Parts: sequence; structure tokens; C-alpha cells
Amino acid sequence: MTAVKRAIRDVYGDTLAQLGSENKNIIALDADVGSSSKSIVFGKAFPERYFNVGIAEANMVAMAAGFATTGKIPFANTFAAFMVLRAGDPVRSLIAYTNLNVKLAGTYAGLSDSYDGASHHSIADIAFMRSMPNMTVISISDPVEAELATRAAASYMGPVYLRLSRAEAPVIFDKKTYDYKIGKGVTLVDGSDLTIVATGYMLVKALEAAELLAKKGISARVVNIHTIKPIDRELLVECARQTGAIVTVEEHNVFGGLGSAVAEVLAMHQPVPIEIVGIEDTFAESGDYEKLLGKYGLQAANVVARAEKVVKRKK
Amino acid sequence: MSLRNENRKHLEGLCRKFRQDLIKLLHGIQTGHPGGSLSSAEIMTTLYYEKLNVNAKNAKDENRDRFILGKGHAAPMLYLILADLGFFPKEDLVTLRQLDSHLQGHPSAKTTNGIELSTGPLGLGLPAGLGIALAAKLDKKDYTTYVLMGDGELQEGIVWEAVMSASKFKADNLIVIIDNNGVQLDGTLEEIMPMGDIGAKWAAFGWNVLHIDGHDVGAISDAVDTAKTLKGKPTVIVARTVKGKGVSFMEGKSAWHGKPIGKDEYVTAMSELEVAL
Repeated sequence: MTAVKRAIRDVYGDTLAQLGSENKNIIALDADVGSSSKSIVFGKAFPERYFNVGIAEANMVAMAAGFATTGKIPFANTFAAFMVLRAGDPVRSLIAYTNLNVKLAGTYAGLSDSYDGASHHSIADIAFMRSMPNMTVISISDPVEAELATRAAASYMGPVYLRLSRAEAPVIFDKKTYDYKIGKGVTLVDGSDLTIVATGYMLVKALEAAELLAKKGISARVVNIHTIKPIDRELLVECARQTGAIVTVEEHNVFGGLGSAVAEVLAMHQPVPIEIVGIEDTFAESGDYEKLLGKYGLQAANVVARAEKVVKRKK
Repeated sequence: MSLRNENRKHLEGLCRKFRQDLIKLLHGIQTGHPGGSLSSAEIMTTLYYEKLNVNAKNAKDENRDRFILGKGHAAPMLYLILADLGFFPKEDLVTLRQLDSHLQGHPSAKTTNGIELSTGPLGLGLPAGLGIALAAKLDKKDYTTYVLMGDGELQEGIVWEAVMSASKFKADNLIVIIDNNGVQLDGTLEEIMPMGDIGAKWAAFGWNVLHIDGHDVGAISDAVDTAKTLKGKPTVIVARTVKGKGVSFMEGKSAWHGKPIGKDEYVTAMSELEVAL
């Protein structure tokens, strides 16, 4: 991990515009948050292929579905909360049901739109999206993944939900060596006492936690699950077998997100103690992002505490 | 050009046949929506047999016209037409709504040849149709996208989002037809949620508006021809219809939105359709 930080949404916007120059079938839609989602970068480069529909998320996503039936590759952009809550019907009834090739970019996911408060936080989007048949669910952890995941989504045939953060995130991955593949988890740190399975911006916290645990003599493996659906069952089972305990970390309600997905797999294939770190089924509030993560249990210290607990549960 | 008399007679004959087939089919399976299928018989028949450039032998031709059934519950009428045109075997019709059938209760683009868009949850057909229409403009193709909507469907908020957008994006290759039968599931529109002057509402959003008798195949044909000449704005055709048209005890009755047809009702309906129209 380097000290270099870049806003994930900026990388997303630049990548989308780059993709637009490579493939004229790529179009973008936004619901009046283009300056926030950064789809505006695409819009400035390709105004004829950019459709800002105003504050009408459901209409935007349904239009995207129509475009996809003609062979276009639409990227629909809005806040993650509204992608699910306002546009949930066309996401399900048009896109997932018919397996249409639409990319749904939900920005400001988790608590990352921190100051706007619980009305704009998105803590149920993973639960919704992964319960849609045919949907691929991708969560982005760092600026390098923002580029690679956006490219992978564009190349993939079928509906994809891209979960994007508003945060400036440190660069974790090396673009030159990162073999990003949809559905394949990534082991960043090896360890033997437990595995910390993280997604999105929480990967940074997981890495910090592993360092803190090492100082306490606990060897934590760190795995990045960027594709929450389809989840990398093979890797999770291997981690459970080799380390015997799992802590999941996500910026989402503890119900229905990454923790649930991991627990579903391991309960059936390799039952081991699991601790799920996430938002404890509550609405958060306005505030500084890092302080908010602390108050709602999503800092490295929280991960450390749950790691120590899960290791004790092994015995 | 107005319909020639023989074409008019042909379309009317088809509608009469489709109505009989619909009653037989829905009586046979004891499920499905007769009311809104009967009200849209002339609209769908005129589009498919006179206006749409579609061909079962080349169902995915990228230059084909697109027809979207916004009011997806009228699927049985659409299925009868698609089967007659050879998009799938007529023998499949009796499997409607049954296990392992490609003919779902509401249209499924994934399973049924000739269905352009999966519909059912009301209001989604129009915005999706707008996406298709705008794709045609990007691709410089001259096909037309048609969306058939119910009047009750207009109560969905997303409809007005799409009406706004179609106007902004000048989708003059999009034609909406409203099956204005005045009746929804729980009662008349007047009772449940009055829509007032539908044409005035769309006009206020910047659309061309045409009003016709939705059971007059000649009027439907003429209105579509007119709509195609109107440039710079999308066009809506408000087609006044009768829910359950052709079966006296179903006409104008919300109870027949989606109700199984009994044995005596079947006999009465079929005898009326033999002589009527």
C-alpha cells in the first residue's frame, strides 16, 4: 500500500471516458449527479452518447435497459442508495430478469457520502443486488481496482453492479501486476490463524488490522473479495480450511452483504467460526468519514477485536 | 394512405378471430386477463398486420420496428398475434401460464420469440422504449418504436419521468398508443384515480397528441401514418376503447380485468363473438 491517494470516482469517470473512445457502443446515463459520479467526464467527451435524464433514477435505468436491447453497452450512474431504492424495479424487472447487458454504477456507497447523512448512505445495496438472479456484484477497493473493474465490467456480457465509494482511497494494488478477474478473490497477506475477508474501502482497514494483529502475535491472512457475486467459493473454503476462522469486513449492514455471502458458502462447505464486521443494523448519521467509520465499528481496531474473538472461538 | 376496404375487412376479420381464440384460450387455462386483451385487439392487430416492419423469419433484424407491450397483462392477445405470424407454433398457446412453457403470464423477452422487452410491472415499457428509440437515432436507423400502454398504467410515476425525457430528447421515432378503456383492476379510473384530460397532460409535456376510436382499424392506421410525419417531438395516440370489447357482460367491467371465465360465460361469450363485430 502506498501513500498515494486518488478518489475512486475520479478514476471511474476517466476510465469510462477512455472506454468510450475505445468502443462507440458504450453510452452513459446519469440522473443529475454527473458531477458527483464523474460520468460527466464521459459526457464532455461524448455528448451525443450521454443522457442526463434529470432527477429520475428509475427512468434512467429503464432507458438503459432499452438501449441494451439494441446492442449498446449502457453505464447508468447514480448514488448507490438510489440505484437500489429508486431504480430497483427496472433493475429487477427489465435488467436482471432478461439478463440485459447494463452496467449499474452506484457511487457514494456505504457511508462514504458521510456528511449527507443516513438518507444518502447506502447499506442495503449489496443485499438487494446479490439477490437479483443474473446480477454480478462488484465492490471497488482502490483506485487501481476502479479502473480494472470498470474495464472488466464493460467487457463482461451481462448485468453488473459496480459499487463505488466517494472516498479518496490509498493505492493498494500495482496496476502492472494485478491480474483482475471477475469472480476471483485476491490474497494480499498470508497468515495462518484466521482470514480477514474484506471488500471495498474496508480492505484498507483489513490490512491495517493485520499489521496490528501481527504485533500481538496473531497471524492474519487478508483476502480481497471484490466480486461479491459470484463469490469465490474455492478461495473461501481454502482459507477456512487452512486458517480455521474468518472475519468479514464491509461497509454495509451486517444483514445480507459480504458477511452473509461468506457465511452462506462456509456453512455449507467448510463450517468455521465467523465474525461479521459491518454496520449493526442501524442508521448512521452525518459526520467526518473516518470518525463515522469509527463510531459505527468499521475501523481497524474493530476488526482486531473481532479477530481476537474469532480466534478464541476456534478452541 | 388510408386503409383500402379489403384491408380493413381483413383486419376486422382477424380481430374477430383473435377475440374468439382469446376467450377459448383463457377459458381453457382458467387464468389470465381478458378485459385489457379485448380492448387492445384492434390496436395490436393493426400494428402487426399493417404497420410494423417485423418478420418471424428474421426476428432479430436490427432494422425491425419495435413493439413494446407496456400493459404486459394483455399478453394473451399479443401471443395470439405472434403465433399467427409464425414467431412460435400455435400449439404452444395452450401452454400459456403453465409450467415449462415459454409463454409466461406476462411477456418475457428471455423466453418468447418476438417479445422485445419483458413487461408486467406497469410503467417500465415507455422508458425502455425511449432507450430503444434513442439508440436508433445514435445508429442512424429509421425504425420506429411503438409502446402500447394502459390508461391505468399512466398512474405510475415513472411514466411521467419518461414522458418528460422523451420530449427533452426529441424522440420523434417513438409512438405511444394509450388503450384508453377507462377501467382498471379495482374499478373505473374515475373511481380509483381520475386521469382527467390525458391528451392535455401529454401535450403539456411537449408531445404531439392524436385522439382516435381505438376499435376503428382505419383510424388506428391513419393515426400511425400521421404520427410518422410529425418530426421534432414524440407522438401519443389516445385511443378510446372499451374494456372487454365484444363480450357484452365483460364490457366496461373491472371485474373482468383478470378473472377465470366460467362455462356458461364461455358459451355466451362465444355466441356473441360468432355474430358480433
